[in-house]
This record gives sequence, structure tokens and C-alpha cells, in this order.
Amino acid sequence: MSSNVNSVANTLKVALLLCAVCSVVISGAAVLLKPMQTENQILDRNRNILVAAGLFDPAVNTNAEVQSMFERFNARIVDLDSGTFLSDEEAQRLGLNPQTYSESAARNDPAFSDALPGEQDTAKIRRRVRYATVYTIDNADGGFESVVLPVSGYGLWGIMYGYLALEGDGNTILGIGFYDHKETPGLGGEISNPRWQAQWPGKEIYTDADSDEVAFAVVKGGGQGPHQVDALSGATLTSRGVENMIAFWLGERGFGRFLNNEVKG
Amino acid sequence: MEHYLSLLVSAIFVENMALMLFLGMCTFLAVSKKVDTAIGLGIAVVVVQVITVPVNNLIFNYLLKDGALAWAGLPDMDLSFLGFLCYIGVIAGIVQILEMFLDKFVPALYNALGIFLPLITVNCAIMGASLFMVERSYTFPESVVYGLGAGIGWALAIVLLAGIREKLKYSDVPQGLRGLGITFITTGLMSLGFMSFSGLTL
Amino acid sequence: MSEMSKTILIKPIFKENPIALQILGVCSALAVTTSLQVTLVMCVALTTVVAFSNLFISMLRNNMPGSIRIIIQMTVIASLVILVDQVLKAFAYETSKQLSVFVGLIITNCIVMGRAEAFAMKNPPIPSFLDGIGNGLGYSLVLIVVGTLRELFGSGSLLGFTILPTVANGGWYQPNGLMLLAPSAFFIIGFFIWILRERNAEQIEKNDYPMSAHTAEKGAH
Repeated sequence: MSSNVNSVANTLKVALLLCAVCSVVISGAAVLLKPMQTENQILDRNRNILVAAGLFDPAVNTNAEVQSMFERFNARIVDLDSGTFLSDEEAQRLGLNPQTYSESAARNDPAFSDALPGEQDTAKIRRRVRYATVYTIDNADGGFESVVLPVSGYGLWGIMYGYLALEGDGNTILGIGFYDHKETPGLGGEISNPRWQAQWPGKEIYTDADSDEVAFAVVKGGGQGPHQVDALSGATLTSRGVENMIAFWLGERGFGRFLNNEVKG
Repeated sequence: MEHYLSLLVSAIFVENMALMLFLGMCTFLAVSKKVDTAIGLGIAVVVVQVITVPVNNLIFNYLLKDGALAWAGLPDMDLSFLGFLCYIGVIAGIVQILEMFLDKFVPALYNALGIFLPLITVNCAIMGASLFMVERSYTFPESVVYGLGAGIGWALAIVLLAGIREKLKYSDVPQGLRGLGITFITTGLMSLGFMSFSGLTL
Repeated sequence: MSEMSKTILIKPIFKENPIALQILGVCSALAVTTSLQVTLVMCVALTTVVAFSNLFISMLRNNMPGSIRIIIQMTVIASLVILVDQVLKAFAYETSKQLSVFVGLIITNCIVMGRAEAFAMKNPPIPSFLDGIGNGLGYSLVLIVVGTLRELFGSGSLLGFTILPTVANGGWYQPNGLMLLAPSAFFIIGFFIWILRERNAEQIEKNDYPMSAHTAEKGAH
């Protein structure tokens, strides 16, 4: 019996059979569950945008409402260098679709992103995408009610990813939300605490409405000014990271040109 | 260059595999009684990390990733769900090949490291490094540096712990804490020490 | 349930707890114990994998050629982990995001391989399955203790519900930040082992160099 089990023929037979069974089971599960996983990813992204815009409170709203709430938003791709929306033709030529375009994939693709030299890389993200998806709620008169921008910057442990929502003037903050970060729980991790985020709405980014100069700062001890929010206690580097992140993404190399061209105008 | 150096330092100190991410604990605790053996195992881990992480990086980028099979005429294929199976297979295979290679060509090294190699296949630190490499989408050169850093970090931690445990043998530890218990607490204190590297950037 | 099955199921939870006695398999899980909810999902995932890998490997044990034994075990385990990972991504997306790479690390968890090799290779399927559940639960017990302590004292809540209102949220409790950092998990496990061994004296390890008394009674003076 045992010599039979250990024969070459049996070894091959068992190996092949096992491979066949396992591959059928795994591939089957992966194919069957794929649509649900994609749906979850989109739901998650949409909910993060709603949270940043202050429209969704995880304590009150449920995931079932995300879909209907998100319908008000339009997703469009922005060319960060020219600071304008990509027209449909251009987007098609580049093979980009605002529904599926992923900044995280583009970040590592030299065709869609550029390395930032050290002195320009104030948010320490190393590479910046050329195109970014922006979510807007449009007004009846052609302006915007709100604009949600994807932002990212290095904190203490790693890159923090979030969304910053602005009002239609491209200057007043509507809210901030972080969906991925590695900051120390209880210290820097408090960036995702709603109580800390509650200070953000109403603060202004630029020194005045027409200026290009970012005045927004995360300061210790109160943060009462129109451009300031209070820093997190015990998390100096995280707070500085958040400040640098805003300065970078709302500056010239981030969404600065876009806000001037398409929003503030 | 600076970027790679920074990645290396952060992989060794800031995100130390053993002390910060709890990876490779089983062997970390079991094989840290003597400094000599700890050094041997540490070197073996570094060697295996430096080979497996880049190999898994190539496999992920050219076979498994969404759209990675475009060169074979299958641009819509996404095999990333097969990742776990491939990585562990690669690790087991490479460890086996390394063992045979050393046995044949470098018998001296085989005698020193040979007994540790089988332990390494099931060392979570090896698998962990490959998974982190994929999650953080490192490029190929980055994955080489990261593999090296992760390996050195783990080796450093186990050698340090072995040094402490050699001294600890002579101390009068409360009965229930003897052996395993005090080792965990020592590791905790080392981990606390490594916390001070947090935020370290070059 | 027969007496025998009961012993197989219960023994690994208290008497022969795999983490506390054999230091097996803490690797893949301690990093996720900062929140109890994630810990629970991890425990369920691990228990499922150990139980079913034991079941399948035990079913295959008589047809398993010795030369490819380890590879077969690994394939079965890795396939089960992929299944669990896919199901988590489809039904518990947020938790699976928090677990990140640690689901994958169940493959290299020493408990899974250890039980497959030590128990399932020698026993029929049903007892192997129970042994898997028992070991999974024993492992869960330790993780749940660690997870509860860390979340309660680190962020003042359990399963996301506030138990101790923290200062940052207008309450009175100043959270112990250390609890959320890596070192606390080592300390908690260390003390857990201490308590367990004080209760089961036979598990205390021998001292390599026992302390001798100051002076022998007889020879004194």
C-alpha cells in the first residue's frame, strides 16, 4: 500500500488533481466575488468623498444612502499642469475615464506622473500624478457649489491620503477626510477624529480670495485665526505633514492653477 | 540614491519586522537563546529576503497584476488573487534551491546555515516582506533595497535579543515568568526602544 | 458529543493553549489587536482556516506521497487563505482593509502548519476538524484578551462603543497611548503567560542556572 502511495505515478496524479481542484475553487470564488469587491471599493471611495464634504455622518447615515447621495457629484479629470478640465476627447485620447481612473496606479506609471525633485517635494510624496479626479457639485449658473480634491502627504509613518472639500469660491474649506494613513493611533491618528476635523469648515486657504498664496496653517495652541486649525497634541510631525500637504496640493504644483482657471473665475 | 538610503533605514529601524510588526515571532523567540545561532539565522534571513522580495516583485508586476499579462495578449486579465499562493510557492522553492546550491558549492556555509533554511519557509517575516512590497507597490530596485532592509532589521533584532537572553540566564526571574514570559517582556522593552526611531527620515 | 471529541476540542483552549505553551503563531496577528472588532474577524478567519485545512489534509493523508507532503499542505492552506481573503473583501470590506496583509500571513502561521503536520496527518477527518477548531479557539482566546485590553485602555471603547469617555471627546478618561503601540502587545502576552503558569505550576520552565541559597544550613558556622 505505502509503496503504491509513494510511486512516481501516484505522486504526479495527486499533485495534478490537487492543483486542478484548488485552481477551480479559487478561480471560481475570485470570479464570483469580483463584482461585489469592485462595488465595495467604489462605495468606499464615494463614502469618503461624502464624509469630506460634510454630507455623510457615519454615525447617522448608512451605506445604503451613499449611492443616492453621491448622485449629485460629477467626477471630472483635471490636468494639473494646465489647470483645466480634460475635455472628453482628450480624456479618450489618453485612455482615462473619471469613473475608473485611479491616482494610486497612475502615481507609479511614468506615463502619467512625474518625479518631484527634492526642493519641490514639500509634501514628500516623491511622485505627482499629472491628472487627478475632482468631484464637484455644480450650480445652476455654471459655477460650483462644492469641489472635492484628492490630497496626499507624508506624515510621521507614511503617506496620508484624504479628500479636501472646498466651497464654490475655491478658498473656503468645507471639510477634510482621511481614508488611509499610518499615523500613531491616539496621537497622529487623531487626524481622523471628527472632533478635530470639525474645526476645518469655514477656514480659508489663501491670504485673500484672489491670492495664490497659501496661508493655511496647522498651529499649536488654539488655531483661532481664519487660516488656522489647532495642531494635534503630541503629534508635531503629523500636524506639520498635514500643513505641508495642504500647502503643496493647493499651491502651484497641485490644484492652484485649476482653482484659478476653473473655480475662482 | 537618497531615496533608497531612506527606504533602507526605515525598513531596518522604523518598521522593524520583528519589533514593530510582530513578524517572524515563532523563530524569533525559539532561536534566540544563543548569539551564535541567532547570527546564523539572521544572515540566512537576510539572504532569503534579498532574493525572494525582488523575485516576487517581478512575478507580481509581470504575471499577476491587473493588466500585467498584456505582453501575452491578455490585457484584461487580473490574477492578483493568486498572489498568496505564488509568493509562498516562490519562497519555498527558493529556500529549497538555496539549500541544494549551498550544499553542493559552498559546503562550509551550508554547514553553518543549513539547519536554519527549512525554518525560514514558514517565517512570517519573509512572506510579510513580500506582501508589504506588493501593498506599497515598490518598483524593482526599491524591492531589492526593501528586502535587504527588512532582512537586516530582523537579523539585528534577533541578535540583540539573543545577547540579552544570554545574560538573562543568570538572573533570578519570578517562577511563572521564567523563559517565555520574560522574553516577551524583554522584547516589549526593545520594541519600546525602537519606537524612538519613529519619524526618522533622511 | 463523545468524551474523546470533547477533550480534543477543549484541551487546546486552556490546558495546551498553542500561543501560551508553544509560542506558536502570534506573528500574523498581534499587529491587528489594536481594535477588538478587527481582532474578532482575524480569529474567525484563522479558526476557519485551521479547521478546514486539518479536515482536508486528514482526508488526503492516506493518499499523500511523502516527497510532496509539505507542498500539498501548503497548497491546501494557501488556497483556503485566498478563499477567506476573497470572501472578506466581498462581505467585510472595511475590516479587510484594516487587516491588510495580515490575512495573507495566516499561511505562514505556525499553528496552521503545526496542527496539519502534528495532528491531521495521523488522525481521521472528524477529530482533526475538532482539533482545528479547538486550537483556533485557544488562539482566539489569547488574541481577544489582548484586543480587549488594548482597545479598552488605549481608546476607551470596545467594538467601537465608548466605555470610558476620553478627554479628547469631552469625557474624563485620558487614554493610555502605549496600549495602541506595538510594545504593549508584548507586555500583555508576557503577563498573560505569567498568570497562566502561576496557575499551572507544571508549565513553569526550569531555570538553567538555579540560585543557590546563601549558605547551606548544615555548614553554617
